[in-house]
Amino acid sequence: MDPMRLALVGVPNSGKTALFNRLTGSRQKVANYAGVTVERKEGSFVGPGRQRVYKVLDLPGAYSLTPTTLDEAITRDFLLGRLADEPAPEFVVCVVDATNLRLNLRLVLELRDLDVPMIVALNMSDLAASRGYRLDRALLEAELGVPVVETVAVTHGGDRPLLEALERLPHPGPRRAVAWRESTFEQIQQTQREARRILKVAGYTEPVRKRALERLDQVVMHPVAGPAILAVLLFFIFQAVFSWAAAPMHLISTGVAWLGSQILELMPGGLLRSLLVDGVIAGAGSVLVFLPQILILFLFILALEDSGYLPRAAYLLDRIMGSVGLSGRAFIPLLSSFACAVPGIMATRTIPNLRDRMATIMIAPLMTCSARLPVYALIIAAFIPNRPVGPFNLQGLVLFTLYVAGIVAAMAVAYALKRTALRSSYHPLLLELPEFHWPHVNNLMIGLWERIRVFLQRVGTIILSMMIVLWFLSSFPAPPPGAPGPPILYSFAGMIGHGLEHLFAPLGFNWQISLALVPGLAAREVAVGALGTVYSLSSNNHDVASALVPMIARTWSLATALSLLAWYVFAPQCLSTLVVVKRETNSWRYPLLMAGYLFALAYAASFVTYRVATAVLG
Amino acid sequence: MAPVSLAVLRKGARGIVTSVRDDAQSLGDEARSTVSRRLLELGFVPGESIEVIEEIWPGGDPMAVRLGNTTFALRRREAGSVFVDVEGP
Repeated sequence: MDPMRLALVGVPNSGKTALFNRLTGSRQKVANYAGVTVERKEGSFVGPGRQRVYKVLDLPGAYSLTPTTLDEAITRDFLLGRLADEPAPEFVVCVVDATNLRLNLRLVLELRDLDVPMIVALNMSDLAASRGYRLDRALLEAELGVPVVETVAVTHGGDRPLLEALERLPHPGPRRAVAWRESTFEQIQQTQREARRILKVAGYTEPVRKRALERLDQVVMHPVAGPAILAVLLFFIFQAVFSWAAAPMHLISTGVAWLGSQILELMPGGLLRSLLVDGVIAGAGSVLVFLPQILILFLFILALEDSGYLPRAAYLLDRIMGSVGLSGRAFIPLLSSFACAVPGIMATRTIPNLRDRMATIMIAPLMTCSARLPVYALIIAAFIPNRPVGPFNLQGLVLFTLYVAGIVAAMAVAYALKRTALRSSYHPLLLELPEFHWPHVNNLMIGLWERIRVFLQRVGTIILSMMIVLWFLSSFPAPPPGAPGPPILYSFAGMIGHGLEHLFAPLGFNWQISLALVPGLAAREVAVGALGTVYSLSSNNHDVASALVPMIARTWSLATALSLLAWYVFAPQCLSTLVVVKRETNSWRYPLLMAGYLFALAYAASFVTYRVATAVLG
Repeated sequence: MAPVSLAVLRKGARGIVTSVRDDAQSLGDEARSTVSRRLLELGFVPGESIEVIEEIWPGGDPMAVRLGNTTFALRRREAGSVFVDVEGP
């Protein structure tokens, strides 16, 4: 039987995604809508009657069918069946926040006029009830003329009333074209009056706001305390990324080293063993180690997002961002870019103005993404002593400095762009600050699982295949018999590395680093694996995966290490980012411009760092 | 007292929304939506209670307002479209 297409629609922060998670569990597929990078979340479930299969789409949050952002345009086009390869849905579930019906009901009325079979889900009804909300559900249903059910997305079985109502909806006949016309200014006012009349008839009493939440807002949004709390919070997150991750990282690296030594023992020497130990395990293993740090960073970002803090941060930072010509809204994509520039760049679609959006995209790669962490962590572990400085740790402080360097550079670039190529007229700020609530474990886990999957996929595909290519380049051709020095010197890799060394020598990079930068063009963290492979093949000690830190500490100067850190603050070494920029902007102009300016900055910064460090350190 | 623009209100001021002016300030470039239309859609409609709960220091821009049961952040320039009957002295 054909699945029924069910669209979840609702204003942002209505708990729509939580309800989607409740309905579909982990049976979700995340992709993009054809041609745009708006996230398309689809899941499926079988109705309790076992007669129908539902294919659910979690549409982007929208306040209105008259869009101001790309997200809202996609939601409208999907509902109207205007998207290629996306037939209009058979059923619509409009998710509304029961604690805030005055904001939500207008969209319900607008959707009702589309004449698609619809159910209204009064979400968070438990929370609303506990705060003294009153509403006659049956009266509301009668007034609206569509089924109204109460749901609690965050508890098991909280979707039961919705499921039952869905099963009662008759099978819609053949699809008709959906008619819709943009409402006029006067019509919007008319709809709002109607919404307020209905709420009055249904006896709606707004829930009382908790005093604690009011006080929390007074502190968090305070003009002085607010920014201070934000700074402390960000600093704490970056310290936590380093200190909490230490134990699981040690466990993974021990495990990887053990696996390598087992293979060395069990397999006869030869090409296959070298491929497994030097290519696969030393390469992919040294990247896998950073999974705990990436997870901790994402956990914080997801929790901040789920709790409702992020829009408040955007409000607090609007002034500062405005001073370089960006909107406060740019904060959210930029914060996501600390985890990974790809979702960060995708999140810029909530910025209504095209030029603001382009400027934000252009600086997103300067935010220190988690793929830089492996590189930073490696160099910091090798060169920066692990000792306390006041209440902090020197390694953590250096890491914090690198993050700040990225932010300062990003602000400078934004300032330059907004005064030249991307100059734009005034752009308004109009942002809902949703009520604070505790992040829900279930939603955090689903979000985190998505990140683990993406990271492991990268390790398993791009990174692993680059490692194998590099192993091949590093192992062939074999050195002439009786040649002095490690075999890699005579391989293709050795030749490429020595060739690039001329280009990078002014920055203090040796040929091993120069070589590792080549596969590192595909993805930054690959460089660590590449160094692992290069050093493993240039020594007799095959246990390099765990010994890379002492190895580079012995062979690099401090000036070289600092220069490489500076390089990584800027270098656009991430193919996925450039590909996403191409897709988002629909032209090669921006990705090429981005790669060009970032390489130029990277080279200049490394050059200056190396020269200054050499002069100072002697 | 005659209604005043939300843009001139300071932290702590409260009142009732009387009207939203239909100006042409566009909001984003995805469509023909304007700030005024979006303000209406978000519930800045006559009769709603409104309070300025916070403002960024110094300068007081942007500001945070409580409209019914929702909090919004907006700049004074956007707030200029909203007119409020101020309560109290």
